[in-house]
Amino acid sequence: MRETWRKFRRHKLAVVGTVILAVMVLAILLGPFIWTTPINDIDFSATLKGPSWKHPLGTDDLGQDLLARMLYGGRISLAVGIAAMIVAIVVGTFVGAVAGMSRGWVGSALMWLTDLFLSLPALPLLLLIIYLFRDTLKAAFGPEVGIFILIVIVIGGLRWMPVARLVRAQFLSLREKEFVEAARALGASRLRQVVRHILPNALGPVIVAATIDVAAAIIAESTLSFLGLGFPPDIPTWGRLLFDAKDNLDFAPHWAIFPGAAIFLAVLSINFIGDGLRDALDPRKVM
Amino acid sequence: MAQYILRRILIAIPSLLGISVVLFTVLALAPGDPFEELATNPNVPPEVRAALREKFGLDDPVWIRYVRWITAMAQGDWGFSFVSRINVDTLILQRLGTTLFVIGTSQLLALLIALPVGVYAATRPYSVFDQVANTLAFIGFSLPTFFTGLLLILVFSIWLDWLPFVYRSDIPATGWRFLWEHFKQAIMPIMVLGLFQGASLTRYVRSAVLDVIRLDYVTTARSKGLGERVVIMKHVVRNALIPVVTLLALQMPAIFGGAIVTEQIFRIPGIGSLLISSILANDTPVVMAVTFVFACLVVTFNLIADILYGWLDPRISYR
Repeated sequence: MRETWRKFRRHKLAVVGTVILAVMVLAILLGPFIWTTPINDIDFSATLKGPSWKHPLGTDDLGQDLLARMLYGGRISLAVGIAAMIVAIVVGTFVGAVAGMSRGWVGSALMWLTDLFLSLPALPLLLLIIYLFRDTLKAAFGPEVGIFILIVIVIGGLRWMPVARLVRAQFLSLREKEFVEAARALGASRLRQVVRHILPNALGPVIVAATIDVAAAIIAESTLSFLGLGFPPDIPTWGRLLFDAKDNLDFAPHWAIFPGAAIFLAVLSINFIGDGLRDALDPRKVM
Repeated sequence: MAQYILRRILIAIPSLLGISVVLFTVLALAPGDPFEELATNPNVPPEVRAALREKFGLDDPVWIRYVRWITAMAQGDWGFSFVSRINVDTLILQRLGTTLFVIGTSQLLALLIALPVGVYAATRPYSVFDQVANTLAFIGFSLPTFFTGLLLILVFSIWLDWLPFVYRSDIPATGWRFLWEHFKQAIMPIMVLGLFQGASLTRYVRSAVLDVIRLDYVTTARSKGLGERVVIMKHVVRNALIPVVTLLALQMPAIFGGAIVTEQIFRIPGIGSLLISSILANDTPVVMAVTFVFACLVVTFNLIADILYGWLDPRISYR
């Protein structure tokens, strides 16, 4: 653990990324308690204003405070990123583990399925699924939770394939190692071999993939919202703010620049952290 | 080689069928009824609706409907757009060219950036150039396409007023003037896609070249007295390109995703913006067909990558 931290610290940009991300997470978690302006406080006397003391990040076309909206939206964007990552990692690890342990047709069938999913056009399919299922889930869980569940499952469900391949490759080599054979000789069950012996040793690359998946999921959610097909307008995720801002670029550029910069900074920091973790956890190079 | 190509094509067909099954499953699982509008329309009596359901076979088992759908798609009968009032295949064919043009040129731009930068960085690992290129590459693929698009519009269209930010397919000019206008409007979309793609490719190229450059045969080539240029160009790059081609093919779905976003930002009349507008207009036949076309494009480009792969590494085609 200490060794990992020492190696991670050597990657300067990863450390900078960690600090930036920590500041952003703190701001999102604590910000709404300090900056108590409501996110939907409409003020027609101050529409499309640039940054000022009253509104540090300016206002939108209804005079709503952008700082408050961004702090709220950041919670959603990061929550979607992390939840979708968990879905992708759980599914990917499961499929990869089963494929890596099986010696028969199950493994090849699962890998065929993985390759099939890899060649699916992800964004069109995301859009199609959201288009078809949006209304049902909205009716079942309410507009916020319904869309959240849908977006998380769909993004996670289209991003598990690289993890599955990674885990399978790890399992294929680890299951032949002596320590696993020793466990097998001692009578450990298949499940115990996997959970106690193989999985912990395959974790490094999975953690790296998980980190990068958070960034990818944040971009995916922002893309959906940016296309007007993600969260509804009253939930100002960063992508949604950009979608609303894009038609007012000429007189209110701040409206687009701040949320865009927030997405960029979050994604960049996470990617740098992933790179640092790769140096620290993964002795081999994994793409 | 011919046998290898034939084998790849035969492998591509099941994956295309697999994708079509996934698409159809999504559609079949979806709640709602294509004749919902008729159900709520008081002018249509329920008997007519039932007759229509009968006619289109909506009450048949799923697999029969799938077979019927896939045969219709294969025969080029893609349905009729509710909104545009023309056949879906005509509509898509009108717009496919623009999309392929934008994607093709931006890929070319990406390769033109990634190959020299990646190779140069790999021949001098951990130099200042390498570190700057690596950092810029990180920034490049962390910038989402929709944000770079907006930034470029802000700088070059609004502040500097150099470039138009709406892509027009009907430029009122001919000859050189037409080409110039077309060039001007295509710069920003191609830059957005090309730079994003180029950034991640640069890293792949760099690490692929680094893997190859340490191998013994490169040392042999050098010790034969070949110039550094020849060693890099003829011996290293060709072999380093093999994994890069695979990764390029794996990235294809992401590239089409970026193209959809770019088309939407710059209002390019391609199939990506067609997809978004059809989704917003509930135009199901067009949505299904465009998604399927994207899937076909991905499979086609994977096939091209496989064939390139066989050409770059002849050992593969003899296996």
